[in-house]
Formats: sequence, structure tokens, C-alpha cells
Amino acid sequence: MTDFIDIGSVTDIPVQGARLVRTQHGDIAIFHTASGKFYAVDEYLPGKAGPLSNGIQHGEKVTDPMRNWVFDLATGEAQGADEGCVGTYEMKVEEGRLLLSRDAIANQVAAE
Amino acid sequence: MTQKLIIIGAGMATGRALEQLIETAPDAYDVTLFNAEPRGNYNRIMLSPVLSGDKTYAEIVTHSAEWYEENGVTCRFGERVANVDRDRKVVVAENGDELPYDKLMFGTGSNPFIIPMPGHDLDGVIAYRDLEDTELMMSMGDSNKVVVIGGGLLGLEAAAGMAARGVDVTVVHIMGHLMERQLDEAAGYLLRKALVDKGITVRCQANSKQILGENGKVRALQLDDGTELPCDLLVMAVGIRPNVKLAQDIGLAVGKGIHVDDQMLTSDPDILAVGECVEHDGAIFGLVAPLYDQAKVAAKTLLDEPATFVQKEISTKLKVTGCDLFSAGDFAEGEDREDIVFRDPARGVYRRLVLQNNTIIGAVMYGDTADSNWFFGLIKDATDVSDMRETLIFGPAYQGGTPMDPLAAVAALPDDAEICGCNGISKGQIVAAINAGADTLDAVKATSKAGSSCGSCVGLVTQVLGITLGDDFKMPEIETICKCSDLSHDDVRKLIIAKELKSIPQIMQELDWTSPGGCHVCRPALNYYLVCAWPGEEVDDGKSRFINERVHANIQKDGTYSVVPRMLGGITTPDELRAIADAADKFNVPTVKVTGGQRIDLLGIKKEDLPAIWYDLGEAGMMSGQAYAKGLRTVKTCVGTDHCRFGTQDSTGLGIKIESAMWGAWSPHKFKLAVSGCPRNCAESTCKDLGIICVDSGYQILVGGAAGLDLLEAEMLVTVATEQEAIDVSCAFYQLYREGAQYLHRPYKWIAKVGLDWVKEQIVDDPENCAALAERFRYSQQFYQVDPWAERARKGVDAHEFTPLADFTKVAAE
Ligand SMILES: Cc1cc2nc3c(=O)[nH]c(=O)nc-3n(C[C@H](O)[C@H](O)[C@H](O)COP(=O)(O)OP(=O)(O)OC[C@H]3O[C@@H](n4cnc5c(N)ncnc54)[C@H](O)[C@@H]3O)c2cc1C
Ligand code: HEM
Ligand code: SF4
Ligand code: FES
Repeated sequence: MTDFIDIGSVTDIPVQGARLVRTQHGDIAIFHTASGKFYAVDEYLPGKAGPLSNGIQHGEKVTDPMRNWVFDLATGEAQGADEGCVGTYEMKVEEGRLLLSRDAIANQVAAE
Repeated sequence: MTQKLIIIGAGMATGRALEQLIETAPDAYDVTLFNAEPRGNYNRIMLSPVLSGDKTYAEIVTHSAEWYEENGVTCRFGERVANVDRDRKVVVAENGDELPYDKLMFGTGSNPFIIPMPGHDLDGVIAYRDLEDTELMMSMGDSNKVVVIGGGLLGLEAAAGMAARGVDVTVVHIMGHLMERQLDEAAGYLLRKALVDKGITVRCQANSKQILGENGKVRALQLDDGTELPCDLLVMAVGIRPNVKLAQDIGLAVGKGIHVDDQMLTSDPDILAVGECVEHDGAIFGLVAPLYDQAKVAAKTLLDEPATFVQKEISTKLKVTGCDLFSAGDFAEGEDREDIVFRDPARGVYRRLVLQNNTIIGAVMYGDTADSNWFFGLIKDATDVSDMRETLIFGPAYQGGTPMDPLAAVAALPDDAEICGCNGISKGQIVAAINAGADTLDAVKATSKAGSSCGSCVGLVTQVLGITLGDDFKMPEIETICKCSDLSHDDVRKLIIAKELKSIPQIMQELDWTSPGGCHVCRPALNYYLVCAWPGEEVDDGKSRFINERVHANIQKDGTYSVVPRMLGGITTPDELRAIADAADKFNVPTVKVTGGQRIDLLGIKKEDLPAIWYDLGEAGMMSGQAYAKGLRTVKTCVGTDHCRFGTQDSTGLGIKIESAMWGAWSPHKFKLAVSGCPRNCAESTCKDLGIICVDSGYQILVGGAAGLDLLEAEMLVTVATEQEAIDVSCAFYQLYREGAQYLHRPYKWIAKVGLDWVKEQIVDDPENCAALAERFRYSQQFYQVDPWAERARKGVDAHEFTPLADFTKVAAE
């Protein structure tokens, strides 16, 4: 079963905003969409996109601030003609707390 | 021999089970019914009409004392079951009575969740679950204030019910819009509007911190931004938890709820459970429809008849007193999903269907839910809708019929709405001209004058022609703001004013946006149009701005930022330079560069360091240079009469005065100026958006220059005699551009569209208009001349932008 770790409260991220979770293997951007959903994706797709937490968030997508690529937050896939996929992580909300899959941070930490 | 059945909880689920049982086999069981509430089964759903005064308690009683008596049910109301001894098969009542059972049924319902924040145990803090809660709310009147925490179905029902009694109600909701689990943002906006119309105050994204009391009684709710909301009663409606305490205590298998199988049996084969207290196949329940199915199955199981409980897709036709809402299925956007959106602003209607693989998987409706059952059927049956796609959204009545009017937004405008600002022409006057025979755009221009000046209203005039003439008029193709709308930039701007639209969701609803929440193309444009149209009304939405404007620094290709403090007119001091040097040292700034705009750029700064470096620069009296803004950038100057032997006027002083008047302003695109002291033009005024060249007789004002991908020489607007006139004309020109140009058009592009002659007419030939423009600019500036760096470095504005949510780089492996 997936193990989760508390990363903050739902009110810590404004609607249509994003915040970072820093990990030893890189930053993860946590998005809060207008539909009230939360997503965790890699901040960078090296050489192609990022920093995504700085993009404009719309629908269940985000537009990269540098190159205007649009990524689906649920799958991490670039939309339209662009090809690429950012890593996504499992997360959930319980009683107003944001819970991120421990794998997102712990695996890499343990691997060191 | 009749067996003994004991039921714990006289709620809606057990009530239905009891009816089924008695109907099928009245003599099978000898029934004893315990209920913690001092009454029998009533229709809990109808508490809201009782609250609003539309119904009385007597009208919502499901089972009366006579009914229980006739059917031989022994009632022990107001008594809680304290314990169950499963080995001896006896139930222990609160007063110690022991009653043997053959079969036991749990129907203990749910407990409202009370947030354990400080003050939650004060007098006057209640939930919304039973008649007692309802009666307390009914005791409030028009001299009372009530705060409701929770903008979900129950909280809004409570708020609407009390508002109907004249109570001053405030709803505090933690998420960005109301009922976020059932509604999308647009429907949430409409709901909010309807509630505000009822006099309810709605505060979204508000986090409650503590409840304040006085003599043990609630006095106010405090939010985490410090705001206090005074109240005489505080209703918490933030969710429910299955009531499993007793079941857990006696060792039944319990997860989120009491575990039951398909026959409603718990882990003890002599004990059944139904209702909100159960967990079946991982799911728990909060609406009555599935509970009634459970009740039927439970009754059959008690009679040893085969029956199986199956979970079904649930649609909710939500009834917040006086608002028509419907939601069903899944309505999040997704890669392989498509949206069909229909909005009728005039009637306040919103409909959205989410399609996947040619079937409808979700639907949200507001305002007109008449067709909801039809849509729900299509969802449930996973009907292939490819054949009806075009007209699907209009409902069953339109299948095979004509599609709706795409011009609804304009059609909904009242006759006195102004369409042409240049000539002061209303929609009614245009319609009159058309009815008098003007059936082409040119004819309308000629007879009514609408559209004959700057031309920015032509889109709307054309639409009025289309509406008035119907099929006789062929609509020309227009360039729309983006793929989310059928309107052009100009149309949208005019409608924002005409309809007094003041938020992005409001624009999207009232102007018929075809996407649910816009995109990265339209959102920044709409945000600017709101900022320009309604200064001082807090319409700015940072999340609709590009990153540079959101964090007030320029993002660089490696994700670091650059910081450019303002230097009015390009003038600095040794103290400022020292502060910049100190900051560069302190923050290890890798590159310090003199910009093309006569100031200094500190490049390569980490996002987290921005507020700190701004703080240091602020201490030395410097503010943001807005080198990132679609707004006023710089006013370059030459040294002018102070030092140069050719100088004719104080060009540096004038530059400083203009920059002082203009800094902080937002515009469709960046706006750069220069003031040169003589025609030698050392400040390069001739390629600026607005350039001034000083001459012996005064000041030449040039506009529309460009020195980027396009190279254009600025053209003469006017020559004025005094410095004050030069400032006024500059402000008037900037305002005319701010109000008229489409987002991301530099002044030269806008001038190419409206014509320099028209600009001259507005500013040079019409001094009154020129003064009015300058005045509007100054009015707006009172609200936008706030240093964004100081707000972030000193007041903690948008702190979330600059700090990570969590940092796991330093923690050791766990
Ligand atoms: C204001 C309001 C509006 C609602 N509107 C809707 C709606 O529009 N549509 C919809 O589908 N649903 C609605 N609901 C939800 C619906 O009312 C519930 O789903 C339903 O009442 C649950 O039935 P139940 O039998 O499981 O529990 P309940 O009806 O809550 O009954 C449980 C009973 O058990 C008693 N009890 C608990 N523990 C013990 C014990 N140890 N001993 C003795 N008695 C005990 C409690 O006092 C309670 O009376 C609404 C609920 C509320 C409060
Ligand atoms: C993302 C793209 C761009 C970045 C990051 C950028 C950055 C900058 C910066 C930081 C300055 C210094 C301005 C100041 O002091 O405020 C500057 C100046 C300037 N930029 Fe850009 N710019 C960009 C795009 C453009 C474009 C598209 C044009 C032309 C249309 C342009 C034309 C200029 C000019 C002419 C100056 C000098 C201003 C002057 O001399 O008065 N820039 N730019
Ligand atoms: S523009 Fe004229 S006044 Fe200004 S510095 Fe150059 S020569 Fe001197
Ligand atoms: S607004 Fe109608 S011509 Fe300018």
C-alpha cells in the first residue's frame, strides 16, 4: 500500500497556484486546480520544460512559462504537437491535509 | 416462535427497513427500537424547509407514535444503547436494562465532524444534523449574526434557511469556490451570485483559525489572516463521519464504517447494519437513495430471503433553497476528455458535459436542470452520443432541431447599453437605425455614427446587426480573443464595461465562454482588461498573470530571476549605488549589468532570495523598476540644460516627473519613454512608445516608435509649450492606449489600427477629452502606485510564491 507523507494544508496553495516540494532528487511542483484537485509533478523536464510551478495553471493543465508547452497534470503528458512527459506522483487530500506519496521523496533519499 | 429484533437508531435507513419488514411479514419479529434522539423517525432531508419556515416539524414526521403502536414496535426514544454483549446476545440500555435479541440491526447514522480548533466547545457552536440544531438556528432573527463554516450542501442549506429568516449570515469556505466537490468553478460562481443576492456573505479560500468566546459563549470566528467575524451562533458543516463507536467497542469489523457484506450482515452473522454508518466494498454513503436499497436488502435478509445490495452511480440533484443545481459523474478535465459548455447569461444558465470516447461521463448544470434526468440516463447507460454531438448540450428538445443563438451575450444587453463610446451610441439607437433601413455595417456607420471613429466597436455593431436582421445578415469572420470565445478583444473590453463585469469567472459566464475556465491566452488578457476598467476594485488575479508579473522579477533561462530597481529618469546616487553593490555582494549576484533602459540589473538571483534582496534595496529607498511588466518601464533622459551646452529644456527633470506620475501602471504591453533635451536626441526619443524632444519653443511629443523586431520612427502627435502640458498629454496618450489597445499590442500596432488622426482627434483637438483621459489615469494610479517589492518584502504578500511548501532535502532518510 502506498505510504503518504503530510506536506501541508489545502489552504497553503492558492487556487490555480502551485508550490514546490524540495527533494534530494529535484523539485516537485504541487498544483491546486480550480476544480479543487491537487497534483504533484516534476518541476523540470530537463532540456524541455520548467520551472512548471511558474506557469499559468488552467483546467487540469499547466502552461510552461518558458516555451508555452501545455502539460496535462494528471498524466504529465505534453499536449498537442509537443512531445514529452514530466514525472507525476500520487497524492491525496484527507481532512484538509495534503498527502504526498512517500515514494516521491523517500526512495531517492534511501538510495543515497 | 417470534424472534426478537432490536434496532439501534430510528433513522431514515432503519425506518425504511422496518416498513419493508412489517409489510412483508408483520409477525416475524418482535421489534424494539432505540433512538438517542427523543423522537422517532422523521425525514431528515426536510429539516431545511423546516429551518426556512416552509414546513413544520409535524409535516416531516415519517412514523408517528400511532404507527409504531399499530405495528407493535416497542419504542425507547431518548435512550442510547450503551453496550452489546454478543456472547450472551443482550443489549444494554443507558439505564442498565438488559434486553435479549436474536437479531440486532445497527442504523446509527453519522456524526457531524467538528474541527477541533480552539473554542469548538463553546456554547453556540453547533452542527447541522438534527431537530435540536435546526431549532437553535430557527431561534435566530434579523438582529442576529451567524457564521457557517463549510460551503458544501449542508452549510449552504443552513445559510439559505437562516437568511430567509432575515439573519445576517456569513459562509466561510476553505476552498476556492462553493461546493467544489459537486460543481466546477463556473457553476460555483453562479451559485455564489445567487446566495449573495439573498444577502448572504460568502468568503472562499478562508481558513478558520479559532473561535472566540465570551463567558463561555461564542462571540466571533477568527480567520488566519486575523479577520474577526462576529456571530451569535456558529454552525459547522464540514462533513460527517460514520458513527461506529459502539460497533467498534463490541468488536465488529470496522473500517471507515461498519463492514457489511452484500446481504448487509456485519462480521457477526446475527448483526446487520444499514445507513450512513456502514462501509460496503470500500464505499461509505451520504445520500438516502442507496440507503433505501440497503434497507430493502436488510429486510429480506432478516426474513432469510435472498437479496444482494449493489452500488449504483449516484447523481445529485442538489437543492440549495432557491437554486437549481445538478451534478453527476466525473467532471474533471483530462487529456482524453472533451468539454461541451453552454451558457445563457441572460437566464443565468450554465451547462457542462464532459465527454470521453463519445460517451458522457459527467455533467454539471446550474439554473435550468429540467433535462438533468435525460443527461443522467445517457451517463448511466454510457450511450454513444456521436450522432447528437452538435446539439447534445441543448437537451432532448433540440435533438434534430436548430442550434442556439451564438450571439446570446449581445442579445442579452439592455437597449441603453453603450456600444460606441466614441460617439455615445447605445444598442437601442443602433437597432433603431437598422430598423429604419440601415442593413449593412457601412449604412449603420453612416446613419447612426456608431463605429465610425476608432472602429473598436465594429464587432459589437456587427453582432447587433446580426441579431436584429437574423438570417438576412451574413456575419463576417472575426478574430477572436482565443479559442475559448466567439468575441474579439474589442468586444470583450466593451462588454466588461457595459455589463460591469468584475471577475474572470463572471466574464466567462456572462460572455458565454466555451471553455470552463479559460486558457493561458485569454486569462492574462482578461485580467488586464479588468485591472484597467475597474481601478480600486480589487479585481487583479495574480494567477492569471505570467510569471514575471506574478513574482515581480524577470525569470531567466536557468530559472533564476533578475532584479532591476527603478531609477527615475536614469538618475541615481552614490548611496543607491552602494546599496546595490552591497546587495550584489550579500546575495552573491553573478552578473551586474547596465541595462538599455538606463538602470542596473542584478541577474541570477534565486527565487527564495527575492524578498530579502528587495528588502535591502527598499531600505536604501529603492523600489521595483517593473522591468518585467506589461506596463510602464523606463523614462530615459539625457542630461539636458543642467549640463549640456545644447540643451533647451530640463529634459532630466521632465523625465523624472513623467516617470513619477506613471510608474506602477499596467498596460496592454510594455510602455517605454524617453526625453531628449534637443533634437540631437541623445535619449533616442524617436524610437519610443512615447518620446519627447525639447525645443526652444517647448516640447515635441512623438508616439508610436519601435526599436525591436520592428523598427519604426515615432510620429509627431503635438507640440506643447509647457512642461505641465507635456506631462498631461503623455498621461492622456498612455490612458487612451491603456483603454483601447488589445492585450499584447504595443502602441505602434494599436495606432496602425485606429489611425494617428483619430488619436490626434481624441487628444489634440479635444482638450476636454484630453483632460478627462489624464484624470482617469491619475485616478487609476492612486491604486497601482504601490511598490510590489515592499509589499512582498515587508508585508508578506504572496509569501507562498517564494517559499517551498516542504523541504525534504535536509532530512535524513527515514
Ligand atoms: C439537513 C440535512 C439535509 C439533507 N439533505 C439530503 C438530501 O437532500 N438528499 C439526500 O439524499 N440526503 C440528504 N441528507 C442526508 C440524509 O438525511 C442521510 O443520508 C440519512 O438521514 C441517513 O440515514 P441513517 O438512517 O443512516 O441515519 P440517521 O437518519 O442519522 O439516523 C441515525 C439515528 O441513530 C441514532 N443513534 C445513533 N447512535 C445511537 C445509539 N447508540 N443508540 C440509539 N440511537 C442511536 C441517532 O440519534 C439518529 O437519530 C441530509 C441530511 C441533513 C442533516
Ligand atoms: C523575453 C524577452 C525579453 C527580455 C527578457 C528583455 C529584457 C530586457 C531588459 C531587462 C531590459 C532593460 C530594461 C529596463 O531597464 O527596464 C531591456 C531593454 C530593452 N528591450 Fe528587452 N527584453 C525582451 C524582449 C524585448 C523585445 C521583444 C523587444 C522589442 C520589441 C525589446 C526591446 C528592448 C529595448 C529597445 C530595450 C532598451 C530600452 C531602451 O534603450 O530604452 N526587448 N530588455
Ligand atoms: S539631446 Fe541635446 S540636450 Fe540632450 S544631451 Fe543630447 S545634445 Fe544635449
Ligand atoms: S467606440 Fe465606436 S468608433 Fe470608437
